[in-house]
Amino acid sequence: MPRISPKVTQRLALAGIWGTGIVTVLILLVIILYVLIRGAGDIDWSFLSTAPRGGTSGLGGVSTVIMCTLYLIGLTMAISVPLGLGAAVYLSEYAPDNRMTRLIRYGTEVLAGVPSIVFGLFGFALFVTALHFNFSILSGALTLACLLLPTLIRTSEEALRAVPRSHREAALALGATKWQTVWRVLLPAALPGIVTAVILSIGRAIGETACLFVTMGGSTALPTSLFSGGRTLSMHLLYLVMDTNAFGKALATGVVLIVTIMVINAITNWLSQRFRARMTGGA
Amino acid sequence: MKASDAKIEAIRFSFYYGKRQALKDVNLKVKEHQITALIGPSGCGKSTFLRALNRMNDIIPGARAEGEVMLDGQNVYAPGVDVVDLRKRVGMVFQQPNPFPKTIFENVAFGPRVLGLDGELSMDEVVEKSLRSAALWDEVNDVLNKSGLALSGGQQQRLCIARALATEPEVLLMDEPCSALDPQSTLRIEELMRELKERYTIVIVTHNMQQAARVSDWTGFLLLGDLVEYDKTAELFSRPKDKRTDDYITGRFG
Repeated sequence: MPRISPKVTQRLALAGIWGTGIVTVLILLVIILYVLIRGAGDIDWSFLSTAPRGGTSGLGGVSTVIMCTLYLIGLTMAISVPLGLGAAVYLSEYAPDNRMTRLIRYGTEVLAGVPSIVFGLFGFALFVTALHFNFSILSGALTLACLLLPTLIRTSEEALRAVPRSHREAALALGATKWQTVWRVLLPAALPGIVTAVILSIGRAIGETACLFVTMGGSTALPTSLFSGGRTLSMHLLYLVMDTNAFGKALATGVVLIVTIMVINAITNWLSQRFRARMTGGA
Repeated sequence: MKASDAKIEAIRFSFYYGKRQALKDVNLKVKEHQITALIGPSGCGKSTFLRALNRMNDIIPGARAEGEVMLDGQNVYAPGVDVVDLRKRVGMVFQQPNPFPKTIFENVAFGPRVLGLDGELSMDEVVEKSLRSAALWDEVNDVLNKSGLALSGGQQQRLCIARALATEPEVLLMDEPCSALDPQSTLRIEELMRELKERYTIVIVTHNMQQAARVSDWTGFLLLGDLVEYDKTAELFSRPKDKRTDDYITGRFG
């Protein structure tokens, strides 16, 4: 067989890479554009500012659902980020390399692959039933936190491990304690990786439906406390598609969902960049 | 023992990484306000010895020290010694310039801040004084809020020296501080070392024998964990007493 010249393979590879890239972007664009174009027409102020009527009517808007989504995400992150970071710091900086810690690491990997509905069942059994939190934002947030923790821990741990050893040595040689080294050097240096982990977690939390049905119920009322039930945008979307004929409203809810994710990501990014610029002098 | 005799004295000091012995019964006196150079081929234990002086080896799992290292007559390996206090008195500069991903100002202020001195000292003054001592002030005084990583390699290393000086140590340990630098930056750092020895006691590990001959007052030659020879630099390089030292400095191995 004649040898194909490197120039030809180079061109072929380039064409292949461009091709796959374009196809991927196109698929994404088509999905988002479809939802945006079909759904945007149903969005107006009354849609955003009224509560859903509930039941099978498909009437009303999404105001309480947006609020419930924000509450849930806020509470979930408030629970999972400190816990996840703490565990990541422990695993990367304090834990000795022995059987026990290898088991913990293996456990987080397994948990990261468990389907969310299994976490939902766990949340239903523990938070809803055994602890009597009932169908509530608290039950939902705790369940979501369990679901997100494995990925948060692993990704943050990787980010911390990627900080060069020379930074640790420099800090210790200056008389810093281990905790000062973690707090003042390692966490700021690992922040971009940690923020990525948080953003991905928020995206996943916003998209969850099944495990929230069994822990939050699906009430359309505005949550008034941690123990109120509620429904998120994704849950509402599913209700609309399955139980009503309001397909346009479902698409409109999808638009609100996409925009909410984009806004939360933009805010998270902006906050971390501001923090980083202040800490690092912008390099 | 009088403090004027030796700033640091290693007495029958041995060091192990797990089962492997990296230093064997080393006895060595570091004179105050002098530059002491440690030379030897890779793996001879010179960096291990240097890092033993501020107990940086403590962070390596399985590392173990035997014997004593006296700093002003106090054994730094005695039980109850506070390593934070030790490292405040014995500063360190590393082989690769390793500024933190922080501003130039915050890099220098890091040491005083972690030691809790930012309440009693003016950080502006500490930073300026340290950068002046490290001969870097004139180059960076208008960009103190820029990242330390934006500087050139030679400037980064002087920033690391300034950072180490900010805690006002008595001893400065330098682990091949010029090996990642170009010749001009190297000369700059050597010049700086000669200025600094007026106020600090300096111990430097170097791969470069010319550098040891140029800057140091005393030189120790290590081989496979043994301190083969330790003498005034001029003496060791012109009339080595041990055949192995002679072979090494004339380039027959290493």
